[in-house]
Amino acid sequence: MGMTLAERILAKAAGRQEVSAGEFVVADIDLALLHDIFAAQVFDMLGEVGVDRVSDPDKVVVVIDHLVPAPSAEAAALHQRIRKHVARAGIKAFYDAGEGICHQLLPERGHVRPGMLIVGTDSHTTTYGALGAGGTGIGTSDMVYALATGRLWFRVPETVRFEMFGELAPWVSWKDVILHLAGRFGADAAQYRAMEFGGPAVKSADMSSRLTVANMAVEMGAKFGLFAADEITDAYLRDHGGVGAEPFGPDQDADYEAVHEILLSALPPQVAMPHEVDRVGSIVDVEGLRIDQAFIGSCTNGRIEDLRVAADVLRGKQIASGVRLLVVPASRRVLQEALDSGVLATLVDAGASVLPPGCGPCFGGHGGLLAPGERCIGTHNRNFVGRMGSTDAEIYLGSPATVAASALAGHLADPRHLEVTNA
Amino acid sequence: MPEDRFAGRVWGFDDDINTDALSPGQYAVDPVEVRKLHVLESVNPSFASEVAQGDVIVAGRNFGCGSSRETAVENLKALGVACVVAESFGRIFMRNAIALGLPVVVCAGIRGVFEDGDRIEVDLATGRIVNVGSGSELRGDALPAEMLEILEAGGILAVLRKQRGG
Ligand code: SF4
Repeated sequence: MGMTLAERILAKAAGRQEVSAGEFVVADIDLALLHDIFAAQVFDMLGEVGVDRVSDPDKVVVVIDHLVPAPSAEAAALHQRIRKHVARAGIKAFYDAGEGICHQLLPERGHVRPGMLIVGTDSHTTTYGALGAGGTGIGTSDMVYALATGRLWFRVPETVRFEMFGELAPWVSWKDVILHLAGRFGADAAQYRAMEFGGPAVKSADMSSRLTVANMAVEMGAKFGLFAADEITDAYLRDHGGVGAEPFGPDQDADYEAVHEILLSALPPQVAMPHEVDRVGSIVDVEGLRIDQAFIGSCTNGRIEDLRVAADVLRGKQIASGVRLLVVPASRRVLQEALDSGVLATLVDAGASVLPPGCGPCFGGHGGLLAPGERCIGTHNRNFVGRMGSTDAEIYLGSPATVAASALAGHLADPRHLEVTNA
Repeated sequence: MPEDRFAGRVWGFDDDINTDALSPGQYAVDPVEVRKLHVLESVNPSFASEVAQGDVIVAGRNFGCGSSRETAVENLKALGVACVVAESFGRIFMRNAIALGLPVVVCAGIRGVFEDGDRIEVDLATGRIVNVGSGSELRGDALPAEMLEILEAGGILAVLRKQRGG
């Protein structure tokens, strides 16, 4: 019997010829990710268990991204502790405050390769599936075990495959596709399972789009959200780390729990409505709702491709008065590229505030929180009650085009209605 | 150290109980003695004060969905919850429960056959679940030997200590 992508990844990590869904394996971890919310705690716990060194410091990446720049003396002290731990543990891959969001940095700086097994103390570790790597979130105790031994147990997941056909309409993006899937199948549709994205339409999905989709696979409960590695992956790797990769995908005769065929051609822009990621509808149904804030950023949609779309919408125009538009590049490199290409100037001319690379207001750490009764639309991935400040605020999620169009209009707006003045 | 079989009093909860409800963000950095007082207060305000050692949570779908925060599990353990049986769990919550030594069982149809205050019997190794009052019996997913081993050791860090000869 052939293997799914998830099975191939776990078989390789477990040093086995073959594994199949339902089995338990003890697998070697290729990469472990820690960020500033949990890193200090994990290192402290290692000490408490009596482990004085991590099994392989070259397989650990530590990123300070959630609370940047430090919003309080406590956060600053936390960062200080992390820097000390990192130096003592001999971890070279350390990205300090201002470099960017972990899930942007790992692919961008060449840490992720197809077939790797990657764990992180963050649920959106699924993002690395965009490059054909098995990325998944774990808790701090599991991370302590993984760092101490270099291994961790896994149940080989069943896989649900999504075959994508057709072409996206203008101003409709892969963010709309993944929101649509969450709405149609539900927040626990892929619970304990791997999602595999394939079919002819993914051939036209660039790496940025794939990262968006894999990032949000966890919003459907998935353990992994996987794309096969192909020419697009190969080209991305050459651009971000030097060495290309061979194709890496599932076997032709792999066994799937379900296969869903999705036609993209007629899809309108989608929005997730308060307060669940799977409460999704067409922008057409909510158009006109007044907004106070628009947010373009996060590990879901803070890349240069996303900022470019926003600039295309906003070029030569002004955002509506009474609306705050926050732009948070996902990394310093994204910021640099936006600066060099003129994208940043376009956004600032239109009235955007640009925040330093990092998580920004995505999880309510600081920098752009909401007051009671306020409404925000953002390009991020979660709209739970209280996620961005007040528990009485409303969060809508949409694509960069939809968010930019809404900032322009002052209310939720359909980007397809824009007259575009492309420079 | 949890046993493979136990009996307890039931607290019922519906679908999609998330980690924010189990470990409210505003008490995130407080010690567990403080955190445990606020467990599920947005859903059932009397739970944290009235739950007793050995009680069992019976829940609907997607229990523990949301973030990777381990305090969601830690808080339940601190309150004495012996086991959680649910239609399904958030994946990371389930991992964390095993990692911290809190028994969890997936059992389709469980929410419909238990009310608050019922007595439940759970056998982790076979997945057999009984409502002592009504006599109805369900078959949940038996926990695989690998997970049972970690639970019996008292969690993944206990396993680690043992492996290191500590
Ligand atoms: S950008 Fe948001 S979702 Fe992504 S890692 Fe940061 S807080 Fe989490």
